[in-house]
Amino acid sequence: MTMESSNNQRSKVSSSAILTLFMVLFLSLVALAYGASILETQPEIAYFVLLFGFLGAAVVLYTLIQMKRRLSRLKIVIPPVTTTIECRKCGFKNVREFQPGDYIFKEVEPCQKCNDKMLITAIYREIKEKEKDRFPF
Amino acid sequence: MNTIGLMLGLQNQVAQNPFGDSSISWILNVLFYAVFVIFIFYGQRLQMVVMLREVEGSLYKLKYIKEEGRKITVQTIKEIGKPQADPAARVDRFLEYFTISPQGLDPAGIVWKLEHILDVRDVRFKDEVKLMAPSANETQTNNLENTLEAAMALNYIYKVVRHYYLLGKKTYSLYVVMQIQMILPMVMKEAEAYASALKAFAYGQPIGDGAGALVAAKLLHGHETRKIAKDCVVATVPFEGRTAYVIKAEGPGGNVGKPGDAIKEVIEENDGKIATVVMIDAALKLEGENLGEVAEGVGAAIGGPGVDQYKIEESLVKYHIPINAVIVKEDVGDAVSPLRKEIFDSVENVIERIKQVVLERTKEGDKVIIAGIGNTIGIGQ
Repeated sequence: MTMESSNNQRSKVSSSAILTLFMVLFLSLVALAYGASILETQPEIAYFVLLFGFLGAAVVLYTLIQMKRRLSRLKIVIPPVTTTIECRKCGFKNVREFQPGDYIFKEVEPCQKCNDKMLITAIYREIKEKEKDRFPF
Repeated sequence: MNTIGLMLGLQNQVAQNPFGDSSISWILNVLFYAVFVIFIFYGQRLQMVVMLREVEGSLYKLKYIKEEGRKITVQTIKEIGKPQADPAARVDRFLEYFTISPQGLDPAGIVWKLEHILDVRDVRFKDEVKLMAPSANETQTNNLENTLEAAMALNYIYKVVRHYYLLGKKTYSLYVVMQIQMILPMVMKEAEAYASALKAFAYGQPIGDGAGALVAAKLLHGHETRKIAKDCVVATVPFEGRTAYVIKAEGPGGNVGKPGDAIKEVIEENDGKIATVVMIDAALKLEGENLGEVAEGVGAAIGGPGVDQYKIEESLVKYHIPINAVIVKEDVGDAVSPLRKEIFDSVENVIERIKQVVLERTKEGDKVIIAGIGNTIGIGQ
């Protein structure tokens, strides 16, 4: 579950900042293109223009990556919680999504098989662990 | 450092005369020395700006979490409590509540003073929640109280981080900013844990801290319980040929009860003739330890402000009763967020450990106390 829509989060980045970034990116690309075009005729100037073009593009790229990382960090993701319901008499088991009001050892609806009262025996969330870091400890 | 490295590289290139002896190499030389001088005088300030930006990024996130916390709390109160008026103003006031701990210059009797203040706080919180949510039943009131406490914690964390950030900006002191920057990863981890706890509390889902209560619930389920002390229940359960008094906080509402008073009462009821006490609680794990790992030791396994631990230790010393502890390891995030499968699965291991302790440390026919400590939210009996 995501607490807030991504549209709302995007509004936290000012449009003037994005405009500036794209202007710098445009100028960098122009510099790269110009540098490449004069590389044969005026290599001294071309190296400089290419250097500034690369630097500008790198700065814009870095800033955009940072911006994306910050936005993704704003999301709070809570994995779904499941409720396990068991029939103590016939052993029938039902796993469903947690519903408000559920609690462990609560008697719920009758069993589909034997009509005996069923009991909530477990409520938990399961997280798939990322691959463990390769530390030798 | 990176800028200096880049400039050094450029200077080397210039030294190799890639452009000949032009004015460009002269400009690059001057630029290199200018940056060098700037770093000598303003290096620390630049470092501080980088740190401030890092804190600022986290502060944005904290603000977002705090506001979400407030929103969830208000929504939950409206859904469950069905108040006549908008509870937002009252919630805002509640978020600023504080508790002053007793004076410790003369420590004699400080435990009772602390207990009194905590009792007053508890009553005040419950009254406030009842006013905010008049239609809520007892379980829901307890859950709402927990939700509000999580929102309060988020509000406080945000304010403290903001305080250091603004103070650092105002004073231009690297050391003020450094203090908060150094502990920021831990602070963020805690804030994220409280954020996920909010929904758990609002819906009444069991949390990681309830591992002890869950063990007790499994042991006493199906046996008759009676109320003992405040918000606690006890059941007399036959256990491996012994009589076990299984104690837990009364669920399924968010509650930790007063296990100190409960254990003391059971000991007094039996004139101190208790062979051993086994306490089960969730404990913080160290990095590298597995979630849900079970460990065994001695001592009163109970957290909180220390009042209950003091009472338990006093009663045990009075009758020379040995105390054993079984803990379930988890990190701070897992302790306040919805119960994880690993912790749930560890319950059977804990019960096996308790059996082992009881069989090894007591004789058949003895009386033992088994106390499951922790927040019993989402766990009945």
